[in-house]
Amino acid sequence: MSEHLNATDDHGGYHASVKGYLTGFLLSVVLTAIPFWLVMAKVLPTSGITALVILGFAAVQIVVHMVYFLHMNTRVEGGWSMLALLFTAVLVMIMLSGSIWVMYHLNTNMMPVHDMTEMRNMP
Amino acid sequence: MQTSTTLAAANAVRFYDNGDHHPQQGTLLGFWVYLMSDCLIFAVLFAVYAVLGRGYAAGPSGADLFNLPLVAANTALLLFSSVTYGLAMIGMQHGHKKAVLSWLAITGVFGLGFLSLELYEFSHLIHEGAGPQRSAFLSSFFTLVGTHGLHVTFGTIWLVTLMFQVGRFGLTTENKRRLMCLSMFWHFLDVIWIGVFTFVYLMGVLP
Repeated sequence: MSEHLNATDDHGGYHASVKGYLTGFLLSVVLTAIPFWLVMAKVLPTSGITALVILGFAAVQIVVHMVYFLHMNTRVEGGWSMLALLFTAVLVMIMLSGSIWVMYHLNTNMMPVHDMTEMRNMP
Repeated sequence: MQTSTTLAAANAVRFYDNGDHHPQQGTLLGFWVYLMSDCLIFAVLFAVYAVLGRGYAAGPSGADLFNLPLVAANTALLLFSSVTYGLAMIGMQHGHKKAVLSWLAITGVFGLGFLSLELYEFSHLIHEGAGPQRSAFLSSFFTLVGTHGLHVTFGTIWLVTLMFQVGRFGLTTENKRRLMCLSMFWHFLDVIWIGVFTFVYLMGVLP
């Protein structure tokens, strides 16, 4: 670890290379173009499948950006950056899935399916 | 126990901080933690959009409003700007001040291009009567995309500031640290944009 830091003195473990950026760029172009094509050309039969597939592409592209542009790995800052990232990812997952789950059921249960005039007879 | 005996035997003061710790580390890690908290802000806004995004209030939906070629152009601009910022960082590593300044300028132009397209889109929507007050969908849309746009705006201001800093004082340790922080910020905004164009625009136009 100390060797690693000394070797890159001014960069604090920052290893950028033209090759890395170009790889990330090409991967990103492909991973962006395919979802746009899928949606604009209406390739897949249903919206549900298309949504799942493009969310998958987004997840992969986020990882590509993390690795090739943000240079994320388990060694940066002695692993603390990765730990903070994972912690945030867990929080985000809990919050997103929790909100969507709860609000979905709330919407379903609040739907005025019954005749609302019955409400006047409520206790 | 054994350690203390050894120490006593060696009769020497041990410095556990052997100077390896880089003064920049604190800032970069701290900035990363800030970005993670920013990530939470965006996560909340994404959750709001997920909940309200189909509340059209009998108004226009994403399929009626979104102009996907425009979004694709915006995505391309932001992606290009990420790569050109990366090239600025490589220039920094090699100590080429001119290269850093030119790549930063190109990044700034891409950033401004992104902002102009987004402002054009927003003004077009508002002009069509699809402003943030029209429906829950549009409120959450403007909040989420607008917050991202605000981040890009401040990133661009920061970038211009740094260009002056680097132009005036050169690639000093402080300026390198600042450039690295902005690098993380800029790439982070591109990561958020992946979520925006996928979740808001592409999924918004699905029937």
